Amino acid sequence: MSAAAWTIGSVRAALTAKKVSARELTTEFLARIERGNPELNAYLALSPERAFAQADRIDAAIAGPEASGLPPLAGVPVAIKDVISTQGVRSTCGSRILENYIPPYDATAVARLEAAGAIVLGKTNCDEFAMGSSTENSAYGPTRNPHALDRVPGGSSGGSAAAVAAGLAVAALGTDTGGSIRQPGALCGIPAMMGTYGRVSRYGLIAFASSLDRIGPFANTVSDVASILAVIAGRDPADSTCVPVPVPDYSTQLGGTVRGMRIGIPKEYFGEGMDAAVRQKVEAGIKLMESFGCVPVELRMPHTDYAIATYYIVATAEASSNLARYDGVRYGLRVPGATLLDMYKKTRGRGFGPEVKRRIMLGTYALSSGYYDAYYLKAQKVRTLIARDFTEAFQKVDAIITPTSPVPAFRLGEKTDDPLQMYLADIYTVTGSLAGVPGISVPCGKTPEGLPVGLQIFGGHFDESRVLQLAHAFEQAGGFTV
Amino acid sequence: MTRYAKIRVPGKEMKITREQVLRVAEMAHLELTEAEVDTYSRQLDSILTYIEKLNQLDTSHVEPMAQVFSGVGNEVGNEAGNEAGKQAGKEAGSQENTSVREDVARASDVGPAVLDGAPDASRPYFRVPKVIER
Repeated sequence: MSAAAWTIGSVRAALTAKKVSARELTTEFLARIERGNPELNAYLALSPERAFAQADRIDAAIAGPEASGLPPLAGVPVAIKDVISTQGVRSTCGSRILENYIPPYDATAVARLEAAGAIVLGKTNCDEFAMGSSTENSAYGPTRNPHALDRVPGGSSGGSAAAVAAGLAVAALGTDTGGSIRQPGALCGIPAMMGTYGRVSRYGLIAFASSLDRIGPFANTVSDVASILAVIAGRDPADSTCVPVPVPDYSTQLGGTVRGMRIGIPKEYFGEGMDAAVRQKVEAGIKLMESFGCVPVELRMPHTDYAIATYYIVATAEASSNLARYDGVRYGLRVPGATLLDMYKKTRGRGFGPEVKRRIMLGTYALSSGYYDAYYLKAQKVRTLIARDFTEAFQKVDAIITPTSPVPAFRLGEKTDDPLQMYLADIYTVTGSLAGVPGISVPCGKTPEGLPVGLQIFGGHFDESRVLQLAHAFEQAGGFTV
Repeated sequence: MTRYAKIRVPGKEMKITREQVLRVAEMAHLELTEAEVDTYSRQLDSILTYIEKLNQLDTSHVEPMAQVFSGVGNEVGNEAGNEAGKQAGKEAGSQENTSVREDVARASDVGPAVLDGAPDASRPYFRVPKVIER
């Protein structure tokens, strides 16, 4: 773990005071990656040419007459999850089927980060096509947790979380479909957020489950998370699901008062199956929120227990459709076959890993004739009930507080033999994914073994400001080390 | 209504048979090894058994939710927010049309780069094995 954690603010201060140049900072981070990555396997590819070209632009701007007009993320070294397209930089999605895929264009979120001055260092490891909760489903080997190298960083955005937690990037982008930003954020001990569904453009995001996928930030502070979200959020003509709701200035709103804020504590999130140390820390976190003026309200969200089952029908059905495009014709791996169909089957059979094939099978089954009503339609109806739990909750409270993950970082290999056990790692995060509400995970102390615990805050649709305010107040009050 | 875990008697209480697994693999265009067919039969059966719990809920009067913001009316979206969220959700609803861009052709210059990455390109085409047998 690196003691010197850079933030967006400290990068800016150092650059404008000319204590360091953007080129030197980039060199330093690439050197850190060279030292730290062999052990962590957080990065799958580096983009030094692109990074130095951007650094030189920033250095030129600082030397120029308008140094005060530097863009908001000037010189900030960032990492991008490998499911997000980067022009000219290999993007594998953690899959063999895209082993040599080089996207011809940038995702909007990446283009916006660079336009705001960020320096893209490289691409981070993840579960194949973002399907997993431990980053062990990557075709390129697992990422290790910087807090305990024999443990997983969470997933699927485990590489992004580990890179930021280990000081190999100041911030990172991940994607969240059922918990893939928040859960690795929790397991690696850093703030990690998904905005409202549709808040951030997904143009250039290689799709997994389109009614659930979201792009969001990892950073070391809530303030940095807010700054990144503000840059990547907002309407994009290239993504019709990106909602044209104005983006508030999250950063200037961070200090808004949280006194009197009603925080809902849903009973269903504090039941069996939660690690005792996680429970103790999250309860201490809630007490801390009470101490700075939040008002806890006991809640019932009765459909919580059905969320995993619902999610694994909806997400796999959408995945089976989205992943039909990998057929060996236009990009990625092709395994020759005697006929076109034979080529499709061999390419997909060998190119996809076990979890991806399992989910394609489950999704195809759920959508198939004779089972559609029993599985897919049923799951969509239960999804309505889960969303309704949130609607009703937000009539009584301003935010909902839960643990992010029922357990701290587990050991590599501990859950790989039993897919269902792995799925249950997302038991507290999938609900918000299905309802489309924004959510953040913030660090909330450590277990006696020294493993980070995460506390999750949900807000109503498009109420990212209040989620961030509460997370910021929690951080300021010492909640991260409660 | 309580549902008890089924006693797993292979071939009797299975949610999904080996034949169904083979059929699904065929539909999904996946070539599976014998070992994979066995593993997936077992694992999918266990997952589908877990998913059965959805049947505990009566959803006969519940509308399905396909999208968070369903376009017309934005019903679920408006429902699931608090005051700030509702307002924003309504804005999203009223601006629904603006999230659809005009139907105007634009130049795209990524063609050559796409073909560079293709497994077998014969410019400006992708080449594939013979599709139609004579």
